[in-house]
Amino acid sequence: MSDTTRLSLLEAARVVARRDFRAILFSRAFFFFLLGPLFPLVIGALAGGIGGQVQRDAATNLVAVAMSEADTAALQSASAALSDQVGYALPRLVPDASGEAPADILKREGANFAAVVTGSLDAPVVTAPEDQIQRWRGPVALLAATATGTSPSSFPEIATEPVASSAATSRSDRIRTAQAGQLLLFLLMMLLAGMVLSNLVEEKANKVIEVLAAAVPMDAVFLGKLFAMLGVSFVGIAVWASFGGVAAFLLGNQLPQLPEPALGWPAFIALGIAYFAMGYLLLGSLFLTIGGMAATVREVQTLSMPVTMMQLLVFFLAAAAITTPGSPLELTAAIFPLSSPFAMLARAAQSDELWPHALALAWQALCVVLFVHFGALLFKRRVMKSGKAGCAVKGHVGGTKTA
Amino acid sequence: MLTETGFMTRPPADPAAKLAIEARGLVKRFDDTLAVDGVDISVPEGAIYGILGPNGAGKTTTLRMLLGIIDPDEGVRRVFGHDRPHEVAKLIGYLPEERGLYPAMKCDEAIAFLGALRGLPLDEGKARARDLLDRHGLGHAVDRQIRQLSKGMAQTVQLLGTLVHRPKLVVFDEPFSGLDAINQGKLEVMIRELAQSGTTVIFSTHVIHHAERLCDEVAIVAGGKVPYAGSVDAARDRIPAQVRLETRVDSGDWRSALPDDARHDAKAGGNHFWYFPVPESGIETLLKRLIDRGAGILSLSIERAGLHDAFVEIAGEAAARALAEDNELETGR
Repeated sequence: MSDTTRLSLLEAARVVARRDFRAILFSRAFFFFLLGPLFPLVIGALAGGIGGQVQRDAATNLVAVAMSEADTAALQSASAALSDQVGYALPRLVPDASGEAPADILKREGANFAAVVTGSLDAPVVTAPEDQIQRWRGPVALLAATATGTSPSSFPEIATEPVASSAATSRSDRIRTAQAGQLLLFLLMMLLAGMVLSNLVEEKANKVIEVLAAAVPMDAVFLGKLFAMLGVSFVGIAVWASFGGVAAFLLGNQLPQLPEPALGWPAFIALGIAYFAMGYLLLGSLFLTIGGMAATVREVQTLSMPVTMMQLLVFFLAAAAITTPGSPLELTAAIFPLSSPFAMLARAAQSDELWPHALALAWQALCVVLFVHFGALLFKRRVMKSGKAGCAVKGHVGGTKTA
Repeated sequence: MLTETGFMTRPPADPAAKLAIEARGLVKRFDDTLAVDGVDISVPEGAIYGILGPNGAGKTTTLRMLLGIIDPDEGVRRVFGHDRPHEVAKLIGYLPEERGLYPAMKCDEAIAFLGALRGLPLDEGKARARDLLDRHGLGHAVDRQIRQLSKGMAQTVQLLGTLVHRPKLVVFDEPFSGLDAINQGKLEVMIRELAQSGTTVIFSTHVIHHAERLCDEVAIVAGGKVPYAGSVDAARDRIPAQVRLETRVDSGDWRSALPDDARHDAKAGGNHFWYFPVPESGIETLLKRLIDRGAGILSLSIERAGLHDAFVEIAGEAAARALAEDNELETGR
């Protein structure tokens, strides 16, 4: 034992963190924690697949041609002739000789036509909902004009000079990176904050909390628990990254490619880890305070719901601010502690300045200290009220009511 | 040293001894409830100090303030001269009323962890834990998880965890609660051994006998206040000693020698007992008069009041009744 009469705050936090880290790492809960990201991935893939199918169905470019046989053939020839120049803008023509009314063709089950062209080449008629009419009236007119020979029959050869990106595409691409970073950050943080919450509730159920509170300051208990979970999360991230690496190696170019962020990938990833740590510590300290004050799991759920909702709002704030760097909205998101990690990670994707990140990390660290201290104070004031019952008036003699 | 009631006490604490704990005017409110109202306590180093009162009197809240688990709204407390008890955390061991350990931990790990919280290196803590478990008959359970232990064994493990870092001050909140008679006896022995080794022991209890048997000093707590804090002897001396006279018969001339307020109590077997304050004229004069007038005296003694009588006198009938009810609840459990 050292000569001093107490452990320092960090030493005490380390003792608590070491116990928690080992206990969580070798628990069943950690195994499920590792599986956690699988669920959003599977659900995301399913939702993406279904959404893509719906989108493909909704954005169909099939157009039925219910004209005379000759006109239909002429339209198809015109479509083939124009495909090199404006093929992407032309409908896929499907001859329809059913003789049904255009409205009935559109309603036909399983047909999935965006529009029906009737009439003649000189006076084609497009039958479709209003938005589809706007979409197809031009291309149908072009096809009809080409078929009747009234449109230009030759087009000049266009020379091309491809570039890697334009300012517009670069910005738009980096926004995608920023969005992806923010979403990943949010999912990880919510996953972990929930674990830290249940950890403290378990602590109270085990009745160990008073032993901890007597031996070391509550600040150290809170810090220890936060850092233990942070350590656990880094283990989790390492495992997920390893699996991700293997998946990337096996799937190669089939994985979606994100555009390079403004600060470059190494700095972006480093900042991502730092902002993840800060964001988690901020949210975790809030959840710890809630967990400390709650006596039952039900109370925890009730109390944590507003914080979860608030975190969602904060995430939306940061997400909304992505497209307007430097705006009051983005600055607010960068300064407000809970949204700061999200907003600053988005900034790292879009801007190559480093100093705002140093400032932001220092500000977030200060907020963590304040949150932890405030949470510990609240815990001491509100929770440790009395003996077994945990409330002030438990007996028949003590606890006089004040005026 | 044996007292008149047969209880063993240690020599009185040295009045010049340093204070392990000093508290002045501690006040704690919880919302609109005044849980502790101006508590003053001085605990000399090396003493066994009891905090005696019924459930809900403010004992646990007082202990928690003394240990820095909660802060007082008013007043000051010093532990080994430090305003903030956590500053001397390595010197303190604490066993809360609500016992609790991590169920998945092994016994030696649990004890070592409690020591580590007080600054004892884990390896050393484990070595000491194994030794302590051996000495307390739990050597076979070193590698067992807490969840696999009986309640009594788990309590012992936590008690050992409280002591593993060899603290100078040990605080027990209702340590006898939930223990059977044998383990209560073992704990009493342990508390005495701790005090003999120079450790200051403070414990709260609602059982007067524990306080009377063990403590050098007590604080009587009732209604969030401490109406008395001081030595057990001084508390008992607040009630005048009384004469206990045992006679063969209950009538005769000798009765006129007894004071008017003498209380008569007939016992099985035909003997009669009389209780009255020690006369101002002295016990020798009374004895002579009784003998001269032919009282068949079987025994005559001067009895000091017990701590229970002192508690009634100091804290009032209501508090004493509450204390008795708590005790009945505890033993009836």
